[in-house]
Amino acid sequence: MILADSSSSSSPLHFWGYFLDHRAEDLRWLWDHTYLSLIPVVIGLVIALPLGWLSRRYGWLYPPMVSISGLLYTIPSIALFVMVPPLLGLKSLDPLQVPIALTVYSVALLVRVVADGLASVPEDVAQAATAVGYKRLSLLFRVELPIAVPVIAAGLRVATVSNVSMVAIAGTIGQENLGRLFDQGKQLSTTGPYYPPIVLGIVLCVLLALTFDLLIVFGTRMLTPWRRAVVGR
Amino acid sequence: MIGDVLTWLNDPAHWRDTRVDKGIPTQLQTHITFTLIALAIALALALPLGLFIGHTGRLTFLVTAANALRALPTVGVLVLLTVIISPHFHGRTDLGFVIPTEIVLVFLAVPPILSNTYAGVQNVSAAARDAAAGMGMTGTQVLRKVELPCSLPLIFSGFRSATLQVIATATVASYVTLGGLGAFIYDGLQQQDFPQMIGGGVLVALLALLADLLLATIQRYAVSRGISGRFSTKSVIPADAATAQVRTAEASTV
Repeated sequence: MILADSSSSSSPLHFWGYFLDHRAEDLRWLWDHTYLSLIPVVIGLVIALPLGWLSRRYGWLYPPMVSISGLLYTIPSIALFVMVPPLLGLKSLDPLQVPIALTVYSVALLVRVVADGLASVPEDVAQAATAVGYKRLSLLFRVELPIAVPVIAAGLRVATVSNVSMVAIAGTIGQENLGRLFDQGKQLSTTGPYYPPIVLGIVLCVLLALTFDLLIVFGTRMLTPWRRAVVGR
Repeated sequence: MIGDVLTWLNDPAHWRDTRVDKGIPTQLQTHITFTLIALAIALALALPLGLFIGHTGRLTFLVTAANALRALPTVGVLVLLTVIISPHFHGRTDLGFVIPTEIVLVFLAVPPILSNTYAGVQNVSAAARDAAAGMGMTGTQVLRKVELPCSLPLIFSGFRSATLQVIATATVASYVTLGGLGAFIYDGLQQQDFPQMIGGGVLVALLALLADLLLATIQRYAVSRGISGRFSTKSVIPADAATAQVRTAEASTV
């Protein structure tokens, strides 16, 4: 058994050998998965920041914003994936359909998070900043947004982690990403269980989600040095 | 393309079963059955556990552990469990596919219900709890008559997000050769029949929206008006103040 061909082992623990055997393909999928999960969150945040600020600034905008984003968040990801192309006039299987759908989810989640984050700024802090001469824009960028960072970061963590899982779902409708590994595993298991690609896919997805999570936590620490100062005292 | 999708949805042939293909009503029924079974099991597990953890403050690590499960890619776990379980079933049964699917759906539905129930009980104001104890209620009575009704809004929001996730993932279950509305999506993809694929997506989205609307309606009548701040006549207490606490709690558990 020791001499068994390494590439034919179907043991679940053989996923590393499987990775080495198909390195070029797996690394390409890992990279696709990375930017497919990340770019929608970045674009989503860029869109959500002004919308969240508006719904904070003009209170009557908040309830409709929350209802619309809740409604969008209700639509299951696989349904949104297939509905995006006809609604935007794209081809039925377009590489853009996944990032567009995920951007919609990210905006829906983050608009509310940004508004709640800005609302978490204590009133006296905003008044003190105004009193020492901050105008509306500099007040937003140099006082309110930094204070809202922890709340917004918590929303970003939820958005990226759920994106990693939803990108894998897009793999089942033929989009290129780590989800293809599950498809491979399923097809290779028609005669008997063949675990390596499935386990490899799960391991890489979890590692990717954990990496994003750690990066956001680390970024939050870097952006909010005053929180450590308070804890350290 | 939108016209083709409407034509597909409107074609009576797609609304009845044939020898080879199941129609929309049958697949809808399958989808709903999968969803209901998973939700019933998840509720039976997570609600008592969440109430217990929130009431006693013990075993809180279970909430953290359940939330960590959310990092797992659901498709991957679904395929893995199917590959593990299905070879043990032979003959004319699809239990080998139903069981792994239901396990994944229950695993998905437990974390939101558990963490929201826990957060809901935790968020009940200490004053209300102390007043109840002061009136002579026992621990179980406080839980049943004060903490449970007060945390209902959060429990409902957890149950609603669990329902949506289960409906969404039951769609992906069609990918491992089970029925349900997802069958239209994956069959359409395989046959390059895009109106069918998109039509399936529209049906899933409609089911999710209707389910959420139904639960929102039930929530409206199940939650005490004293908690939701919704009064039939003009309210004396500003509704915003009463719901603000609940809203912040909801936001922190998304």
